[in-house]
Amino acid sequence: MNKQLFRVKDLGQVDRSKPLRFKFDGKFFVGYRGDTLASALLANGIHLVGRSFKYHRPRGILSAGAEEPNALVQVGEGNGTDPNTRATQIKLEDGLIVKSQNRWPSLLLDLGYINNLLHRLLPAGFYYKTFMWPSSWWMRYEYWIRRIAGLGEAPKGADPDRYEKTHAHCDVLIVGGGPAGLSAALAAGKTGARVVLVDEQDSFGGSLNSNTDCTVDEHTTLDWRKRTLAILEGMPEVILLNRTVATGYYDHNFLTLLETVSPGQQNQSEYKTRQRLWKIRAKRVVLATGALERPLVFKDNDRPGIMLSASMRAYLNQYGVSPGNRVLLFTNNDDAYRTAISLKENNIPIAGIVDLREDPTGELVDRIRHEGIALYPGYAIVSTTGHLRIKSVRIMKLNDDGTKVIGNAKDITCDCIGMSGGWNPTVHLFSQSGGKLEWDDKFERFLPKIANQPLISIGACNGTQSLSDCLKDGLKAGAESARATNNKGRAPGTPRVVESKCNDERAIWIIPRENSYKKNGKYFVDFQNDVTASDISLAAREGYRSVEHLKRYTTMGMGTDQGKTSNVTALAILGETLGTTAPNIGHTTFRPPYTPATIGAYAGRNVGALFDPIRTTAMHEHHEEFGAKFEHVSQWMRAWYYPKPNETMQQTINREVKAARDSIGLLDASTLGKIDIKGLDAAEFLNRIYTNSWLKLAPGKARYGLMLKEDGMVMDDGVTTHLNSNHYHMTTTTGGAASVLDWLEEWHQTEWPDLDVYFTSVTEHWAVASICGPNCRSLLAELAPELDLSDEAFPFMTVKEGDVAGIAARIFRISFTGELSFEINVPRRYGLALWQALIEKGEKYDICPYGTEAMHVLRAEKGFIIVGQETDGTVTPHDLGMDWIVSKTKHDFIGKRALSRSDMLKSDRKQLVGLLNENENEVIPEGSQIVEMLQPSPPMAMIGHITSSYYSPNCNRSIAMALIKGGKARIGKTLHIPLKNKTIKVKVTDTLFLDKNKELTDG
Amino acid sequence: MLYIECPWCGFRDDEEFHYGGEAHIQRPTDPNELNDEEFSEYLYLKSNPKGVILERWLHSRGCRRWFNVLRNTVTNEITEIYPIDTLPNSKEGTEYYGQNWRRKSSVEKTIKPREYK
Ligand SMILES: [Zn+2]
Repeated sequence: MNKQLFRVKDLGQVDRSKPLRFKFDGKFFVGYRGDTLASALLANGIHLVGRSFKYHRPRGILSAGAEEPNALVQVGEGNGTDPNTRATQIKLEDGLIVKSQNRWPSLLLDLGYINNLLHRLLPAGFYYKTFMWPSSWWMRYEYWIRRIAGLGEAPKGADPDRYEKTHAHCDVLIVGGGPAGLSAALAAGKTGARVVLVDEQDSFGGSLNSNTDCTVDEHTTLDWRKRTLAILEGMPEVILLNRTVATGYYDHNFLTLLETVSPGQQNQSEYKTRQRLWKIRAKRVVLATGALERPLVFKDNDRPGIMLSASMRAYLNQYGVSPGNRVLLFTNNDDAYRTAISLKENNIPIAGIVDLREDPTGELVDRIRHEGIALYPGYAIVSTTGHLRIKSVRIMKLNDDGTKVIGNAKDITCDCIGMSGGWNPTVHLFSQSGGKLEWDDKFERFLPKIANQPLISIGACNGTQSLSDCLKDGLKAGAESARATNNKGRAPGTPRVVESKCNDERAIWIIPRENSYKKNGKYFVDFQNDVTASDISLAAREGYRSVEHLKRYTTMGMGTDQGKTSNVTALAILGETLGTTAPNIGHTTFRPPYTPATIGAYAGRNVGALFDPIRTTAMHEHHEEFGAKFEHVSQWMRAWYYPKPNETMQQTINREVKAARDSIGLLDASTLGKIDIKGLDAAEFLNRIYTNSWLKLAPGKARYGLMLKEDGMVMDDGVTTHLNSNHYHMTTTTGGAASVLDWLEEWHQTEWPDLDVYFTSVTEHWAVASICGPNCRSLLAELAPELDLSDEAFPFMTVKEGDVAGIAARIFRISFTGELSFEINVPRRYGLALWQALIEKGEKYDICPYGTEAMHVLRAEKGFIIVGQETDGTVTPHDLGMDWIVSKTKHDFIGKRALSRSDMLKSDRKQLVGLLNENENEVIPEGSQIVEMLQPSPPMAMIGHITSSYYSPNCNRSIAMALIKGGKARIGKTLHIPLKNKTIKVKVTDTLFLDKNKELTDG
Repeated sequence: MLYIECPWCGFRDDEEFHYGGEAHIQRPTDPNELNDEEFSEYLYLKSNPKGVILERWLHSRGCRRWFNVLRNTVTNEITEIYPIDTLPNSKEGTEYYGQNWRRKSSVEKTIKPREYK
């Protein structure tokens, strides 16, 4: 079964002693080590590898590199499968399993091909034009569109592969390991500079691997490549990364490199890393990214067997693969002549060279004539035949200006075409870096012009054509870049190169039609998105004159290849249609990544448990033992509720809420943000930050405070305690801990550096157990026998220090439930001991640990707000009915001036009110919209929304809070909440649901 | 990704920093003296130049200090980094500071000039 009928004897660099078996669409084939999937398929005579996106036309392998638009395959199986992978860049491995894409039921017989026959119904913008109406049908259309127009299949489950990230710095980063990049690395490496050389292919060398018709210092190009690599490998400061794509070029010479680790390398390591994302900061960057050959746009130019001329040469010389049995070349420049010579040297039959140029000259042309190869100068291909593989072409003579074909047609049979429409320098990274491009009229291409970062472009990506210039420029750029990073040394001497000179090209963007009346046949510009020349002209006529609009309307340049082979041609055609030139059209933005990258590589190891840090309190172990359910509050895991066997969640919460008011509730309050504040001006600082007054708070006393942003909106709240002279303990919300600390630092450092005040986060230092309920004083008395806990000695809103259960503690008598309550703070390492002591001694009181859900209900019964639940950054203290905390005597504080802006004084601002459901047992969903006037169906004018909503076992009914336009004036009124299947009727009240006479401030 | 030289810690990647918006917007000495329009100018109106801007950065995952930066918004080139309580030293920074519209605004007239070091 190792047939490989198209493998040329003794040619190329594949290792013929290492046959590798792989599976393509269920059939086994054999290739060699050193093959790509594409070269192995071609060696087996397979050109047809996929179906096109829109028309499902049979497509073959177009290129040999990153630009490949057609040969996209599904690699692997199961959740590790990788869709839309370029066969031209898949390293062949033993056991590789690959499937073609976008065909049903099979590649040879694809029912979606019906789209091709309906092509008149599928012009540019077809989806926009056809599926706009009725909009309710979009969901039905979408299903079929996605089935018919598609690429590979995304895996269903999580990616089982492992990805890594690595960070690096270097003096000189060289992107591209062709002749220019290799010589740059050689020159830079010689100085001792830290050099990183990357190449996207498996082997370094670029065009040296396929342009074997030149010599360097009397050696073959392959010998020079091998020698140079050996020298580089011997340099300790040089890192060589093959199979590594420079995916993005960001600010300040920061680049991302995506390295694909081969399974061979993986097996040597205990970690089977599939890809590695390098984040690299380079002092200097050398771009040697080469150039991409342009296809020619002629009728039905997409048949399998039609490929790029230089790619054909690469398959031949690098992989030892013959493209077919009768090869035709079609060109507008000298490149195809080099391919023809290579073919001829290996005795592969050539059907001829069709050259758009009227009178091609030069040594390459002379050689072809000398070899007796049929040459058709001034001719063009006007049509092609062959469904699953090219069979024949028809050629005709071009008129003088190339706008028409004239004379008699001639048919030529062939099974393969190598085409060349000139070269586009690979300026993607240069453009990503912020560099400006310039249009080069002579070769009709964009070239790098003004760099915006410390970089240099060399070789083909800078428009350099000859090998000798590429080597010379590379050595110079390498040495200069190294010197610019304080390394010393001279460039090695430039090698002597023997090569043929290449001449000019003749640009004809669309090959004229054989019969200008007949408009059949397709002239593909963008193979991947099935965008034709007439789609571009149509879009231009319909008014899509900007290149960015053209792209979005026709999908030209989208997809996995981002128009690598098509963009410049499309611009030129758009320019011609609009009667202007490509430089006036401009180009679309080049965005990272250069080639598609696995999301997994960007996630790296930050998946699963490592996705985000999880913070747990000192008492976490106990909560787990107690069977707590947890909820995530910012990064904290907080006990949500503690269900007993056979309890529903509501039953648990009812039990916890009742216990806190009937006997003792116990809450782990450790997650509250805690900031230690010291300094002579601490009180003055607090006075400026909080809305209420802080200058006269005596040591030992605590006060509730509200912080506003400068725009008057509530930002955070909490209790701050004056511990002793100039020493304060601030608490914040759990989620606000970090941002409040930032806030304090910002005002101190940027506005009031003259104030003597210091802030330290102590959130993690203290474990906090909060006990509340009528029996909590007795419990505390047992654990802290030396403390006088009487109302007189230890009044509400004060702090005391003393031993609790033998642990030195700070005890705050503050309350978030309205019950008598003590918050006991102990150093974190004693948190669990304190908790256990409380549970043990509290047993006789039926002490009941309660979670965050019960805490929410308890505070809502008392109408206390939670910042972030009742507020969303658009709510002022007055909106919350908290005027009492805004000082009227303080001249200034952060946010004060904003509170008197005209908008803040409007009576129809959303204000916090209570809502009582007509149905006492029903809890309104949080977030529900509230309306005044019910309509039979939406739209209805919405006047507010529910912020908090619970069942309150202490009120024996459901309660809710809401922000409602002009809410305070609506107290006593009835409003409506339309839900999907029913409507709830509610009465507006104040926010105090329990203890209406306010006897319960603190038990 | 910017490479920012913290005056205290040296060059670090921008993921260690927090952007702090335009620099040299000083809080009015007495905001109560401003009318609504003037107060809104202080609160909301930000310079958005194409080219040089003076802005604040915080080394939030490092030394947690604030400092000022002169950055070009087109090229992202950073040409000056200076302490939070000083004015720029470079020619282009000084020029930008002097020519910024804020210098002529009535709001700044209500501010007791900061004693820049
Ligand atoms: Zn720092």
